[in-house]
Amino acid sequence: MESNSLIKKLIVSTYFAVSLGITFSSQAAEETIKVGVLHSLSGTMAISETTLKDTVLMLIDEQNKKGGVLGKKLEAVVVDPASNWPLFAEKARALLEKDKVAAVFGCWTSVSRKSVLPVFEELNGLLFYPVQYEGEESSKNVFYTGAAPNQQAIPAVDYLMKQGVKRWVLAGTDYVYPRTTNKILEAYLKQNGVASNDILINYTPFGHSDWQSIVSDIKKFGSTGKKTAVVSTVNGDANVPFYKELGNQGLSAADIPVVAFSVGEEELSGIDTKPLVGHLAAWNYFMSVDSANNAEFINTWHHFIKDERRVTNDPMEAHYLGFNLWVQAVEKAGTTDTDKVEQAIVGLETPNLTGGIAKMLPNHHITKPVLIGEIQDNGQFAVVWETTGTVPGDAWSDYLPGSKDLEADWTAPIKCGNYNTKTKMCLGSTAK
Amino acid sequence: MSLFCFHNRSFVLTKGAFIFWLLAGIFFNESQAASLEELLPQLAERTFPAKQAALDSLATSNDERVPAILTALAQGELYLRSVNPIIVIGQPSTPGNLRLIDPLTQRDLGEVGASSSKKITLNNKMRTTLRLALAVWHLNDANPTIRLAAAREMLGENNPTVLQALQNQLARESVVAVRNILVIALALPQLTADDAVNRLKAISVLANNLYPEARNALVPLAESDPDPSVKSAAVKALSSIDRQLTWSNRLETLFFGLSLGSVLVLAAIGLAITFGVMGVINMAHGELIMIGAYTTYLVQTALPSWLDYSILLAIPAAFIVSALFGILIERTVIRFLYGRPLETLLATFGISLILQQLVRTFISAQNVVVQNPGWMSGAWPINPALALTYSRLYILIFALAVFVALLLVLRRTNLGLAVRAVSQNRAMARAMGVRSARVDVLTFGLGSGVAGVAGVALSQLTNVGPNMGQAYIIDSFMVVVFGGVGNLWGTLVAGLSLGVANKIMEPWAGAVLAKILVLVFIILFIQKRPRGLFPPRGRAAEG
Repeated sequence: MESNSLIKKLIVSTYFAVSLGITFSSQAAEETIKVGVLHSLSGTMAISETTLKDTVLMLIDEQNKKGGVLGKKLEAVVVDPASNWPLFAEKARALLEKDKVAAVFGCWTSVSRKSVLPVFEELNGLLFYPVQYEGEESSKNVFYTGAAPNQQAIPAVDYLMKQGVKRWVLAGTDYVYPRTTNKILEAYLKQNGVASNDILINYTPFGHSDWQSIVSDIKKFGSTGKKTAVVSTVNGDANVPFYKELGNQGLSAADIPVVAFSVGEEELSGIDTKPLVGHLAAWNYFMSVDSANNAEFINTWHHFIKDERRVTNDPMEAHYLGFNLWVQAVEKAGTTDTDKVEQAIVGLETPNLTGGIAKMLPNHHITKPVLIGEIQDNGQFAVVWETTGTVPGDAWSDYLPGSKDLEADWTAPIKCGNYNTKTKMCLGSTAK
Repeated sequence: MSLFCFHNRSFVLTKGAFIFWLLAGIFFNESQAASLEELLPQLAERTFPAKQAALDSLATSNDERVPAILTALAQGELYLRSVNPIIVIGQPSTPGNLRLIDPLTQRDLGEVGASSSKKITLNNKMRTTLRLALAVWHLNDANPTIRLAAAREMLGENNPTVLQALQNQLARESVVAVRNILVIALALPQLTADDAVNRLKAISVLANNLYPEARNALVPLAESDPDPSVKSAAVKALSSIDRQLTWSNRLETLFFGLSLGSVLVLAAIGLAITFGVMGVINMAHGELIMIGAYTTYLVQTALPSWLDYSILLAIPAAFIVSALFGILIERTVIRFLYGRPLETLLATFGISLILQQLVRTFISAQNVVVQNPGWMSGAWPINPALALTYSRLYILIFALAVFVALLLVLRRTNLGLAVRAVSQNRAMARAMGVRSARVDVLTFGLGSGVAGVAGVALSQLTNVGPNMGQAYIIDSFMVVVFGGVGNLWGTLVAGLSLGVANKIMEPWAGAVLAKILVLVFIILFIQKRPRGLFPPRGRAAEG
């Protein structure tokens, strides 16, 4: 029965392949540096990714106002992979081969990143990936400016443990990011003395809308007298009916808090947040953070998008950081050549929006503060806990047996995405 | 919701003094000297621990102005004024404005724009502190519903001052429901009493209720009470509770199943007419549902102050809008393709893409927010372990109502007669003077309109976005084919039974696998009975 949507996708993708093969604007007269923007502008992920496309356009716009990079103006090449994972790879190939872009900012879901990874490695391109993800990957050609699990999931669980949580529901959408994250969290919880029958793991399909039994199960699981929390890796718009059902069945945050890793300001702008007050989210940035940089960023964003009601969120900050680091690296290297930029960028620092410093690490992840926020009735988060400094992103989880000994380091002499510190061997970029 | 009756001020004051003497006993043993004037500004501290400390001290203060302040804080009506910063109570007056009141002097500070004051934010720990403080306070509220909620909050508390308050309230409580829960709250701490007789008495009180707190407290007694008679009583009480819980759970699963089924029936019933009766494979059916949902959104946006009733208005509106779209589709495309199912499939599939893109272009590619009216939020508590959510309950009833209405239209009206005639034998119907082309238009309009009505219901349960129709098209065809093409009863039975089957499997198979198993079952079933549960009989079967 799924074939129907497959046919639809196929037709949609051919349609877009034809119509959007012709890309945005060009200033043929003067020489420019081309920057690829690879975000879905249609399909299920458009909800989240459209904003990121606008963010990159805004950053490019701002940079051009400052005179561009290396004396040249930047030019955005926007393509639409239409939430279709194979199309991501095709579009990436076109960006690198045809448009010869210097760097690409794009992807949201892990499956789209996995889809374009071989293309970027084959054609030696640069991808800045702005979303929190499951880790277990480090490529020479990819810069992960979102959070690795140790920059989001693990600190969130630590926080809840400190709040006295003893029973855990790990609820997620059924795909690679939630499954890997939950595997890491399960291992971590068990190492911290949580018994297996105090952990309930649950997966639902993309776009799940009937949450009655699951919420009821959570309620029963949490009624044994031990403090219970839900760690949610539910992704996309399935969160709306999930939180609605929580509200309807009377589960308040004071009874069973839900800490979400994929729910930010943008997602909340589609919900009435009154029943959600007190539920948590773990991110590295919140719009409500009080800092001069952030105020300026929000102001620029509202100015650019011409709508005062639009919110900012964590992946937007990630693009902001990635973009600034790339600009610095290009200026430092004096060229947009992939290999030179890739070497120049490691160790560079840029101020983040929450008052700290983001530094590009040799494993192509960055340092980030971890913030835990509680949802307020205006759809914003109030920060209830944060790390004292920044946390360096760790590509390979220390809690999974297979990746404990792996390390990523793209500087000489190791130059490897998964270097085994025990056997002193490099296994290639994503081998398990 | 006015929690305080200010017309009876002296009463409020004595109550306040009493309660805060109580709270002083709960939170601190010694009273602290800080005055309200000193404590209040500390609620605006930057860090939550500092605010928590201020809140704790406030809760122990026996100043009679505190209850109003804490209530305002709990309701998110406490602000820090930005000019000449003091803490104020801000009540929404005209939209975008707040009427400020000084909580210390009760002086009216006039009306200001909402953005000129900063709300005092809370975290969960502060909310819990507030909840308990207010619950003690609400225990002798005039409104029994508030008393009930307050008493519910106290379950499992074994602080002597709280118990004393419960005892006092029990002595004067007249409402049975509140009395019951007070008795339970008082019995719970007795389970750990030293005297076995007291424990036995407590068990007999708790034996037949389903509050999780009671069950949790009985478990250790049933496992390891030193007194054998207590132990056996606890075991017996526990097994009786578990038996009742099992029944509650079965009822709950049945309700969940029927509710899921009602959504399937609603989504499919329009298709049962266009596909079942007319034989048109309408791939744009899901988009007609989407149009209904968007109509709900537009009606709600147009009537922002009528939130509780606009959804009722949306039902006919969605019917008309979707029916018009359906008629347009029938007149411009489908009528040229009767008898050519493959072409119809492709053409309507194209239409579904066009409709999606229309919505993206003219409304938004993002999901839109459809509010739930107040009467559709929350749940109806049957017992402490079982509560039926109102939204699902109403939609179940609504689905049945739509079904009955449709059945009546087909059975009791001239249109229905003509529809049945044309679907059974077009040539003969035409020979008898039925204008078959007109009937086709009306039938397709009817099916489309019903899809729009389904959209109204779905907008209350799930996301309203350009893609929402795609989620339902497959399920709809599945239900219609399983029920038997051309049979409304089949659609009803198929939808409800698939829903229940799905929900029975979900707890042990998980949501993903349950869906797969249902699909596999239907495939096998169709192999065995290609015409579904209720195949058409007689001559119509050959047509």
